[in-house]
Amino acid sequence: MNRIARFVFVDILKNSFVIIYAVILFLLSSSVLALEDNSSKGVLSMLNIILLIVPLVSIIFSTIYIYNSAEFVELLLSQPVKRTVIWRSLFYGLSLALSLAFVLGAGVSLILFVGDLLGLFLFFIGILLTLIFTSFALLCAVWAKDKAKGIGLSILVWLFFSLFYDGLLVFGMFQFSEYPLEKLMMVFTLLNPIDLSRILILLQLDVSALLGYTSAVFKEFLGSQLGIIISFVALVLWFVIPYFYSLYKFNRKDL
Amino acid sequence: MIEFRNVVKNFGKLEVLKNISTRMEAGQSIALIGPNGCGKTTLIKSILGMVKPHSGQILVNENDIEQSIDYRRQIGYMPQIGRYPQNMTIAQVIDMLKSLRQDQSTLDHELVESFKLADIADKKLGTLSGGTTQKVSAVIAFLFNPSILILDEPTAGLDPLSSEILRDKILREKAGNKLILITSHLLNELDELVSHIMYMQDGRISFFDTLENVARKTEQAKISKAISVILKRGSYE
Repeated sequence: MNRIARFVFVDILKNSFVIIYAVILFLLSSSVLALEDNSSKGVLSMLNIILLIVPLVSIIFSTIYIYNSAEFVELLLSQPVKRTVIWRSLFYGLSLALSLAFVLGAGVSLILFVGDLLGLFLFFIGILLTLIFTSFALLCAVWAKDKAKGIGLSILVWLFFSLFYDGLLVFGMFQFSEYPLEKLMMVFTLLNPIDLSRILILLQLDVSALLGYTSAVFKEFLGSQLGIIISFVALVLWFVIPYFYSLYKFNRKDL
Repeated sequence: MIEFRNVVKNFGKLEVLKNISTRMEAGQSIALIGPNGCGKTTLIKSILGMVKPHSGQILVNENDIEQSIDYRRQIGYMPQIGRYPQNMTIAQVIDMLKSLRQDQSTLDHELVESFKLADIADKKLGTLSGGTTQKVSAVIAFLFNPSILILDEPTAGLDPLSSEILRDKILREKAGNKLILITSHLLNELDELVSHIMYMQDGRISFFDTLENVARKTEQAKISKAISVILKRGSYE
């Protein structure tokens, strides 16, 4: 890690918000996982918490942080520092600090109370969602020059992936219920990192039997080893592509 | 030392730099003047790579600035309004910059001493007054003993005493075969500081000439008088 990334990382850790985030995650995860005697139920509640809180905190905190570092970026730009290095440092610092908060807050209790492959899955999904929504934040911040606009945009992105997308999907499914849509639904799932994460975990649980025929198609694909690998690759692409696109934009921006 | 080749920059529909071509050499101390919004700050920011021109090339020491960022080691930049991380202290910012440019062996601490920044080194930058922030900007610009100094409104906001300290410093640097680029609206204080005048209007360089030539053509010894003669006349020639 370079000097600037280290500086950003330490600066974020000094921010009490990240500490509160870690503490809240810890309280929620340990209470949910310790109180449920049925570990499958605990994992399900944990999943919902992670899918709701991690993307929201990652995208909003990162967007605000980037706007607040405008001065810092400006100072570095007049120095012999590449723009790529500045942007990369912001991404490294943010994603590392937020991932650390997640690992300390939720990861530890996941390993302690769940422990098996399922716990590990949730652990990695939490980290991947942190990276994905941090890179979305970079994209929002580079797009909108105005801080209020940028934060609004990031809230919209979060709302879209956690609420609207599912609504549109269900609407579409009802409209075209006459047609065999199972394979298409598979593709649409890959296009939303939150849905993809949810289904990945659900299929490891017995509750997936309740999901009917669509679930059988999902299970056939996502339940297989190849499917799991493809899903994780898709999740990795979900932070790599937005990050590099934001870098491309940042390199051409007037500051 | 710095060369502009047909540089064009638009902000939306507004053309800020209209095909700028010019050359500035070491040893020159240039006053960059012109009305508000004529493109002075954009010109300066494009040298630093903060603003990206739409077309044309900028060369520093014959190297295209898009190719490598190393040229910025030779530049000391003092912005019009210095903006710094609010919760860093003066000492932290200076230490961070030193570590970023660690190859620099000859640091110039003169301004740190004359501005007495050591006394307030632990203050956070967010709590400083506008004038003190300007002092920090000045210190950073001169710290690495750069061969090119770009000073955007250097004395704006400084008290008379500090302003005098900075002027003396610029005068000493002027003697040292450096390229100094100063923008200012206070034409009276530029008289001793500069050797050349670059006058910009509507995104173009109206004229770029030595102080002696400008004085001869306008028959005015003072820059402020000379400029008003040129403006009344409507053209430089």
